[in-house]
Amino acid sequence: MICKGAEILIHTLKEQGVDTIFGYPGGVVLPIYDVLYDADIRHILTRHEQGAAHAADGYARASGKTGVCIATSGPGATNLVTGIATANMDSVPMVFFTGQVASHLIGRDAFQEADITGITLPITKHNYLVERTEDVERVVKEAFYIARTNRPGPVVVDLPKDILDRSIDFIPDNSEVFIHSYRVMKGFNAGQVINAVELIKKARRPVLYAGGGVIISDAAPELQELAEKRKIPVTTTLMGMGAFPGNSYLSLGMLGMHGTKYANYAISEADLLIAVGVRFDDRVTGKIEAFAPHARVIHIDIDAAEIGKNVAVDIPIVGQVKEVLQAINQRLEPVEELSEWHQTIDRWKMEYPLRYPASREGRIMPQHVIESIYDLTQGDAIITTEVGQHQMWTAQYYKFKTPRSLITSGGLGTMGYGFPAAIGAKIARPDKTVIDIAGDGSIQMNIQELGTAMQYKVPVIVCILNNQYLGMVRQWQGLFYRGRYSYTDISLQPDFVKLAEAYGAVGMRVTEPDQVKDALLEAMKVEDRPVFIDFIVEREANVYPMVAPGESLINMIGGDE
Amino acid sequence: MRHTLSVTVDNKPGVLTRVATMFRRRGFNIDSLTVGATENPTISRMTIVVQGDDQIIEQVTKQLYKLINVIKIVDVTHERAVERELVLIKVRADASVRTEIMQIVEIFRARIVDIGKNNLIIEVTGDSGKIDAIIEALRPFGISELVRTGKIAMLRGCR
Repeated sequence: MICKGAEILIHTLKEQGVDTIFGYPGGVVLPIYDVLYDADIRHILTRHEQGAAHAADGYARASGKTGVCIATSGPGATNLVTGIATANMDSVPMVFFTGQVASHLIGRDAFQEADITGITLPITKHNYLVERTEDVERVVKEAFYIARTNRPGPVVVDLPKDILDRSIDFIPDNSEVFIHSYRVMKGFNAGQVINAVELIKKARRPVLYAGGGVIISDAAPELQELAEKRKIPVTTTLMGMGAFPGNSYLSLGMLGMHGTKYANYAISEADLLIAVGVRFDDRVTGKIEAFAPHARVIHIDIDAAEIGKNVAVDIPIVGQVKEVLQAINQRLEPVEELSEWHQTIDRWKMEYPLRYPASREGRIMPQHVIESIYDLTQGDAIITTEVGQHQMWTAQYYKFKTPRSLITSGGLGTMGYGFPAAIGAKIARPDKTVIDIAGDGSIQMNIQELGTAMQYKVPVIVCILNNQYLGMVRQWQGLFYRGRYSYTDISLQPDFVKLAEAYGAVGMRVTEPDQVKDALLEAMKVEDRPVFIDFIVEREANVYPMVAPGESLINMIGGDE
Repeated sequence: MRHTLSVTVDNKPGVLTRVATMFRRRGFNIDSLTVGATENPTISRMTIVVQGDDQIIEQVTKQLYKLINVIKIVDVTHERAVERELVLIKVRADASVRTEIMQIVEIFRARIVDIGKNNLIIEVTGDSGKIDAIIEALRPFGISELVRTGKIAMLRGCR
């Protein structure tokens, strides 16, 4: 069968089970778009390549499938960079296809030429510049294989225009992918599992510290089994929210810089830390020498390079989190009674609950909006966030119950992520209510995607917690820079209601605390277009408790009123 | 301490950049790095000399393994291995000191490969200790130019 490179590409995508692509056309990817014109694949046209990257990422995180994104060469490709880095930091399986100028022009500073494989080298799991049309199928298959196996991550495939245009006699290769220098991790060190079990049996004050790896490995049931069998309290990272039900009596909520006091105290007093699918990020550990100072550490992760990267561990177990937890669970008997440890934790929970002050001027408190969203959705929605105060309040006040229900840029901290990610998530899961919790700063970073949500009738709800500040930066300026609010006042802003309406979307403004739930209920009734709700909130609310950067987790400030 | 890693990689464009970028991004220090062909044309060998304690070398090794094009890494530091480096040294040498220099060359089993009016080029191969020693011995005469290849290494025996 005589096929062009672009036809081989689309054929192979379908072979990989791809049904949805997010992208933006341009000069050198015209051959791909010509094939897409009548291909049996849905293509979502965003309004900016960055929007396409984040939407494909949200699609991947909501569905567990590999996200696919296409952009043209040069600026199209460089506009993906933030999206690629976001996916890389959060281990999201994605394949990005970028157009490249024709092979004979590479290196000659041709129009819209950028060295995207060079640029993305440190922010991808792997990348390819395809040199022959004969290689298209193999490279695409390898890209998907690498993206989704072991620790997932983004792969970039750069396709010069002549490679896409050239026709060859194409015989599909149905063999399995084989990469001689890359093996899918199987099994684990059984001896270390036995050692871990012994430690768990002996522990008096154990804590499970669970992260995104639990969700990626589909190991939430195994985590829950371990916790309930041995009555072990569980704290999750931002990426691990939903790996364990936030409303369980064993849940400690999030730990770290904006974690609950009881989670941070529990870590600091624990005699055993079972770290599962985590990477001991600085936002989690605070001052690393003072992190879990009394604890032996068991660290379970698929990525051997994470073991010992930031902290020394007593029992490293490299393997699929799900398989390792199954093996551990098999060797453990249930315990019935709650111990002294639980009494201590219950006392902390009573003494130091998450709490926030009432507004002095009767304004809406941003935390109240999050609590209302939780009440109305019962933790059953998919929540995306942007980055900043609203993101931390979401992690604190929304009790995530199931995996893949929080979609947020945890590692890179990308403002502008949440809205396009919500669009991707809603396209992946049309059965779910999808809500982007946003700040007035972040939402303006990818607000053009209103056009995308309108075009494809994607009914996502965007809740803007509008304090007319870049709130988290302002908070730090208040705490660490003597209240000098340097360039964080953004009170000159568009009328978000009119802006939504200008696109044909629904816009609402809420200024009174008792209107919050009604507005949310009304928004949830809209089925054919996005809704923006502009919540005018208390301007100078802060996220508490807080561990100042570089401090030990026990030194938390705020959260007392 | 210094570790010598013998790393086999795919012989493909860009692999050296991937390795170098990883070292730069993670803040690991490379003392020297050599790349060359092996008996298999699809595979190259890199010999990387890197500074660090055991924890750093463990991270370097694990991070290298994460690169898709890295096939195998052997830390030959504590292994029975042959290690060699090649150096060219241009040293100032007028008639009054030539004999003395030639004696040094003799002692180190080096070779004089070029003679100019006022200088000599000396070629030395050996392990790093020997190379450092001859450089120190020649330094008083005035070294005007020096090129080192960096280290290459091979395990002894039939492993």
